[in-house]
Formats: sequence, structure tokens, C-alpha cells
Amino acid sequence: MTARDVAVPSEGRPLAPAPGELRLIVRDQPLSLAEHIARYGPLPAGQLVSHALIAEVERSGLTGRGGGAFPAGRKIRAVAEASMRPRTIRASGGSVAKGSVAKGSVVVANGSESEPASSKDSVLLSLAPHLVLDGIALCASAVGASRAYLCVGHRTAAIARSVTEAAAERVRTGLDSVPVEVTTTADGYLSGQENALISALNGNAPLPTFVPPRAAQRGVHRRPTLVLNVETLAHIALIARFGSHWFRASGTPGAPGSALVTITGAVERPGVREIPLGTGLGEVLQRSGLSQPAQAVLTGGYFGTWLPLPAALAVPVSDEGMRAAGAALGPGVLAVLPESACGLAETARIASFLAAGSAGQCGPCRNGLPALADALNWIAFGQPNQDIVGWVEQLSGLVTGRGACHLPDGAAGLARSALRVFAADVQAHLTAGPCARAGGPPILPLPAGGSR
Amino acid sequence: MTANRDGETLHQPRFPEPGLRVNPIACEAHGVCIELLPELISADPWGYPVIRPGPVPLHLQSLARRAVAACPTLALMLTSPPP
Repeated sequence: MTARDVAVPSEGRPLAPAPGELRLIVRDQPLSLAEHIARYGPLPAGQLVSHALIAEVERSGLTGRGGGAFPAGRKIRAVAEASMRPRTIRASGGSVAKGSVAKGSVVVANGSESEPASSKDSVLLSLAPHLVLDGIALCASAVGASRAYLCVGHRTAAIARSVTEAAAERVRTGLDSVPVEVTTTADGYLSGQENALISALNGNAPLPTFVPPRAAQRGVHRRPTLVLNVETLAHIALIARFGSHWFRASGTPGAPGSALVTITGAVERPGVREIPLGTGLGEVLQRSGLSQPAQAVLTGGYFGTWLPLPAALAVPVSDEGMRAAGAALGPGVLAVLPESACGLAETARIASFLAAGSAGQCGPCRNGLPALADALNWIAFGQPNQDIVGWVEQLSGLVTGRGACHLPDGAAGLARSALRVFAADVQAHLTAGPCARAGGPPILPLPAGGSR
Repeated sequence: MTANRDGETLHQPRFPEPGLRVNPIACEAHGVCIELLPELISADPWGYPVIRPGPVPLHLQSLARRAVAACPTLALMLTSPPP
């Protein structure tokens, strides 16, 4: 750790990261609170009141970086409005008060990262915890929260310790008025889903719930609850300091700002990178070093979509760009499949993982996902016939939109994109049985017990 | 077609047609709704209801209300506007 790693603001002015400069992760060592303030400047406390922050985030065009890509400003505004809505509360003495803020709302920072291929949230939390904690403090003030939680993944116990220390240091120095409680999210693919997280914080099973009520209306402790991904909160910490205009200097008009992506699979330098949104997929992969000829990339995580290579190299890496290509950026996972692997075998293993990850609460998902995984495993490893492709398509249609969460939709999208991108392999498997590559080792990481 | 006080024309009917929605966590595939409203609800391979998307037409609304009331787990609901 040397002094020159930290940019020192001149004349006491905070230093906004310049165009092309990394914004969120400035070095590969954690920034202490003092270093964080030296790098970015202090939070503009008091100057940026609730409505001003919300308006600034709305102007920035920041979208949720946890996978949903929902406009962050709109989400904050909904919770702020719900918590300001006049409602009648009956105090214990029997007096009736019609107050503006009847009860404080709740802010939940989601760093659960239950997506097995993603590591950007844990990298962010370990290297730049104070950006996330700044974001929590700003949002807590914007929505009138009296409680805040930071949920970290169960895979990363060390991070829970370091962010707890970071949060305690901020309370000691009087930086945060709302203390942040650090909790560890339960194991399980769905436990990081917004409503599952709220359910767990309420002391119930960490499983998705039926909506409505929406979290913004009634979430943790039945209070209006703002759930934002930790990376989203880190961007808010920078927007509050440097403004929406600065934020939009990176990215494209339709997908402003930068984003953290996790690149895995057949690349020389896998890991987390910060990219300006809208950068071409080819350029992003090139920077990670394509180690061997690649045939496809899985975008958006295991819940995501295959895109063919090299055809998709020009696709802009942003939610907007990926959507136009029939995919989604989701939580920013790009998993590269080499020519030497069988896309059908990888898809079958992921489908089995998703089926095992089903909460089992909704009939169509509980029955449909294992059936879909079985059919895909049959195509990849069995002696399939022509009917089975039709069955995969039928099952994909049957499960879509029929769960309380989007797990079945994600599994169906994955299956459909595999049939499309690996169409030639499907025909080969149908006529000659499993290819030699199908017997190779898995390329995409899966937690133990998640694959068959 | 009606006009509001500001003279704007309102194309939407005063009471928008409701839609049907099922709470998939509560649904236990009893199949009562499928029996009562086959015009809008069919069974998937496991007996769970598949609801035809879109609003419930006027002539089926009383049947839809009956199906909602008959669901043993209160999983079926009428929503406005349609989901």
C-alpha cells in the first residue's frame, strides 16, 4: 500500500474519477475509511437533501446492478413516498397521530450474490466497503429509514467481518446516523432474491414470496423497504458527490455509467472488471484474454442466455444492448464457452442446478424445472429422439411466468437459447448420440451438489 | 366514450375489465377453477391452472367470481387491471 496509489484531492476538493478511469475499484487492496475519504472526498452531508438525491439519481439513469436493471431513482422514490404517506397510528396511550413519517422505512443492501458464477459484489465489498456504506447512508437519509441491513453472501464470511468493522468505524466517527446491521444470507440460489431476503430478515424462511405486497409498500418489519444491490449503492455514493452529468460521462445515453462484470470460463484472466456500459462484448472478452477459440458466451448468469460467438462479439455489454440481442446483462456475468466444450452438456448441468435451486413452492416450477433438466440431460448425455426437442420447447413455455419469482422464466430462457445457439449440436446428438466433448470436464463453475 | 372535467376524452371504461391471477405458492392444484371456468383456465401436465392472458370478458365475469370464491386455498384472484 503506497501513498501514490491514492489520488489526493487538490485544494481540498474531491477528485472525480476522470473519463476512462476506474470508478468503483481503484486498486486491488481495500481502501480504509481515511483513504476512501482522501480518494473521493467526504459525503456532501446536509447539502444533498432527500428529494435532491432522488432527483439526481433519476437524472443519472442508474439502473439496478443486481440483475433486474430497474431504474434506481424510481425505486428510491417509491419507498420515500410510501414512508411519507400519511397514515393513522395509534400510540400506546390511545392518542391518534396523523404523521408524515409514521414509522421509519428500512434500507437493505443486497450483497448476497447467490449466483455461483458472479463475484463482483464480494470483490466490491472487500475492496471498497465505504462506497457501499456511503450509498446506504445516503439512501437511508433519502427514504427516512431508521434501520439498515447489509446482507453478504454465505460464501464470504471474511467479508462479513471486514464490512462489520468498516461499519463500526463509521459509527465511531459519527459518519452514519443509521447503524448498519451486517447479516449473512442463507445458502441457496434463491436466498438473495429480493423478497426471499426480506422474508429471512423477518425471521421466516429465505424463500421468495407472492407479490403484492411490494417491498416498497411492506417489507422488513412490515415497513416500506428499499432493497438495492451493493454495486448500485456504490454508484449512488459517487453520483451524490460528482453528479448525474459526471455519471453519464461513462457508458451510453441509453445505458449510462460503468458496471462491474464477472468474466469466467475460457479466458486467460478471469475475474471482476469495471467497464463502461455499452463496451462491445468482443473488447470486454479481449481484455480478459480469450485463451482459446470460443463458441458461445453465457450472459446474465445461470438464469441467463447463450449468445453465439463470434456472431455476438459486436453486442454492446449493457442491459439495453443485450436486450436487443435477445439476452440480458443481469448481474453482469459473462461465461465463455470454449470450442472444446459441449454447450448442451453445460446447459444440462446448469438446468439441473436451477431445478435443485427451486424453492419448491410453486407447482409449475417444482414439477417443470426437474422435467426440463431431465430433458436437457437426455439431449446432452442420453439417446434422444426428435420429440424431446419439442418437449423442451413445450416445457419452457409451460413454466414461463408461472412462479412467484423469475427462476422458472430464467431456466426456460436458458433452455431456449441453448436450443437456438447449439442447434447444430442438438442435431448431432439426436442422430449420433452424445458428442465426445460432452464427456469432458465442466467449464462453468457450479457449487458442489448442484450438478448431477 | 366520456369526457372528464378538463374536457379530455377518456377511452377507458369506468370500470376496467378485471384479469385473473393465481398465487402460485398458495395453489395446490385442486383443479376447481379448471372445472368451473374452462373458457379461461386449463390444466398443465401436473394439474396446475394455466390462465389465458388478458382481461376477463364481461360475459364470463360472474363465472370468474364463482371460481375465485370456490378455490379451496384462496389462490385464485380477480385483479384490476389484468396482470
